[in-house]
Amino acid sequence: MGELMTEKHVKYILSVEKKKDDFESVVMEHLRVNGAYWGLTTLDILGRLDAVDQDEVVSWIMQCQHESGGFGGNIGHDPHILYTLSAIQVLALFDKIDVLDVEKVANYIASLQNEDGSFSGDMWGEIDTRFSYIAICSLALLHRLDKINVERAVKYIVSCKNLDGGFGCTPGAESHAGQSIFCCVGALAITGSLHHVDKDLLGWWLCERQVKSGGLNGRPEKLPDVCYSWWVLSSLIMIDRVHWIDKGKLVNFILDCQDKENGGISDRPDDAVDVFHTYFGVAGLSLLEFPD
Amino acid sequence: RESLTAGLASRLGPGVFLGGFCGWFWNNGHNMWGCVHFTCRKSLATQVDMNRGVEEERERIPMSQRPEWADIRPVPQDDGPNPVVPITPMSSAKPWITSEPYTWRMNDPHAHFNSLKKSFFSIQGITLFLAVNVKTIGSSVDAYKAEVWQFRRLILDALNVDLHEELHFVDQITKDNSKNYQIWHHRRWVAEKLGTQIASKELEFTREIFSQDAKNYHAWSHRQWVLQALGGWENELAYCDELLEDDIFNNSAWNQRYFVVTRSPLLGGLEVMRDSEVAYAIKAILAKPENESPWRYLRGLYKNNVNSLVNDPRVASVCLDVLLDKRDCVHALNMVLDLLSHHHQPSNELKDAVDAVSPDPKPSDSNFAERVCSILQLVDPIRASYWRWRKTSMPAQD
Repeated sequence: MGELMTEKHVKYILSVEKKKDDFESVVMEHLRVNGAYWGLTTLDILGRLDAVDQDEVVSWIMQCQHESGGFGGNIGHDPHILYTLSAIQVLALFDKIDVLDVEKVANYIASLQNEDGSFSGDMWGEIDTRFSYIAICSLALLHRLDKINVERAVKYIVSCKNLDGGFGCTPGAESHAGQSIFCCVGALAITGSLHHVDKDLLGWWLCERQVKSGGLNGRPEKLPDVCYSWWVLSSLIMIDRVHWIDKGKLVNFILDCQDKENGGISDRPDDAVDVFHTYFGVAGLSLLEFPD
Repeated sequence: RESLTAGLASRLGPGVFLGGFCGWFWNNGHNMWGCVHFTCRKSLATQVDMNRGVEEERERIPMSQRPEWADIRPVPQDDGPNPVVPITPMSSAKPWITSEPYTWRMNDPHAHFNSLKKSFFSIQGITLFLAVNVKTIGSSVDAYKAEVWQFRRLILDALNVDLHEELHFVDQITKDNSKNYQIWHHRRWVAEKLGTQIASKELEFTREIFSQDAKNYHAWSHRQWVLQALGGWENELAYCDELLEDDIFNNSAWNQRYFVVTRSPLLGGLEVMRDSEVAYAIKAILAKPENESPWRYLRGLYKNNVNSLVNDPRVASVCLDVLLDKRDCVHALNMVLDLLSHHHQPSNELKDAVDAVSPDPKPSDSNFAERVCSILQLVDPIRASYWRWRKTSMPAQD
């Protein structure tokens, strides 16, 4: 079994946080709040959250808040539910949810629920089950699930259930491990509605994501990707079926995706690393209870 | 209705079309008004740079005295009693509602910015920004910024631009950035405004995307929306046939097939279609038995009601055929298990065929269902835990 290069990954994440001009930073600039969540949570899992200046991060996050209560991807950016969740999660990491005007943020999120129970991402109306999960997860962290119509939210999610046991981004859309299954199962789990999931059927679909190399893909006949170590794995855990995959082979796959020289984890072995895959690889390993 | 290029070309020189906006502009990541501000700063600076060699004295001429800007005047903006989309600039003031004279000073970007804000809703001003928007959106980094598209929609609405042109513009950008949520959302906004007339074009466009990536999740989501909102179901099943002929493993196409069979207003629904679709699935299974999708499709046709599956003799039959061929048999064995767990009585032929594929020369399970599970643990070891669980959860066999 390989080794997790903890120090190298910490160094990699801190370097990404500091650099603002290289390609990765420019590309990530509009979703820096998401990037912060991925990077900081990874540091936390690796026991190195102390390596960042907490006050600086919290202060920057708060500057990303829009007058509507929602958060933008960076300072001065328009609000969207995607960044609002990451902002809340980062504050939760530092145990600083109290700096928020919880009522204001909760109202912003609640305002995005539609008649049929679905959620839009922002005022422009794109609907997706990702946003259902985001809204429910955000409000759960804020202890304000009472702000939305949970019953309708659940009803909409259930309408996106497919016959393979999985879920799509909208009713009728293909089951996708990350895009929708994780989000729908997560939302149902948080709202105590997992009885809507056929756990055996979905569990089988999810364990079929494991390919010969040990990695997981997101849909039948697609390539494995480290990020599905999180999406598929946590879905399996939520429905109590994680023992159906071969954990050892998955661990090896994730470890093979590390850049052992410079730190960071990529989507599959020998590809370029990024913060997103570093986070999901490490998070996956932690779910697999990989020995540090 | 004003064409972007015509409007722009008539008012500004080629300088405005220069690149150089992008990297510097987006590195400053501001909201909509910030975008306007920096875009104009940079665009004019670029124009100045370009002109420097040839028309040095032009740098010194304030914009207010340049003939090509002479027709820009501040226009009072009336949002109306209930604006659908209230514009929220960086500050809460609405600087465009003013009739103050403006001054153009090249070396004072803030005055410049205020002037441009004041002229925002003049046709010329908007044309400039839309064209600049075009250029900046061209770079794939910019195309991920939701604000860019939001801003563009506001301008498109204000200018009453021909949306067929807009769709054409979005075509190329979508092809270069086919996994970008913002672009697909923008496309949906445009298509919705154009209505049912655009249905076939949208179906054609997603077809083009699929020719490059037949599983693009965004494109499939868009295509499903088009069918349901704008129509065009007539050839959809045939299109699924085409895609599956290209790649029988394409799970997105199988999903779309189910979508069409169950939701098309032209086909009569699942009950009517079931028989022919079962035949279709079985044909696909026989072609590639290791293909996950048609097995799931088959189950889906019976809405996972395994009793009905058991009652269709074709299902047991295809399992037997796959096993006799000694090809990849995991899914076939799995289906046999499903049938057994619903009291299907296996023929001797089936039992022999199963035993023939066992890697273990001396299987110890006397119970046939348990024997199937043991074989599965051996031929699909990565899911050995799952098959072990199946063994424990089989109902008592006769």
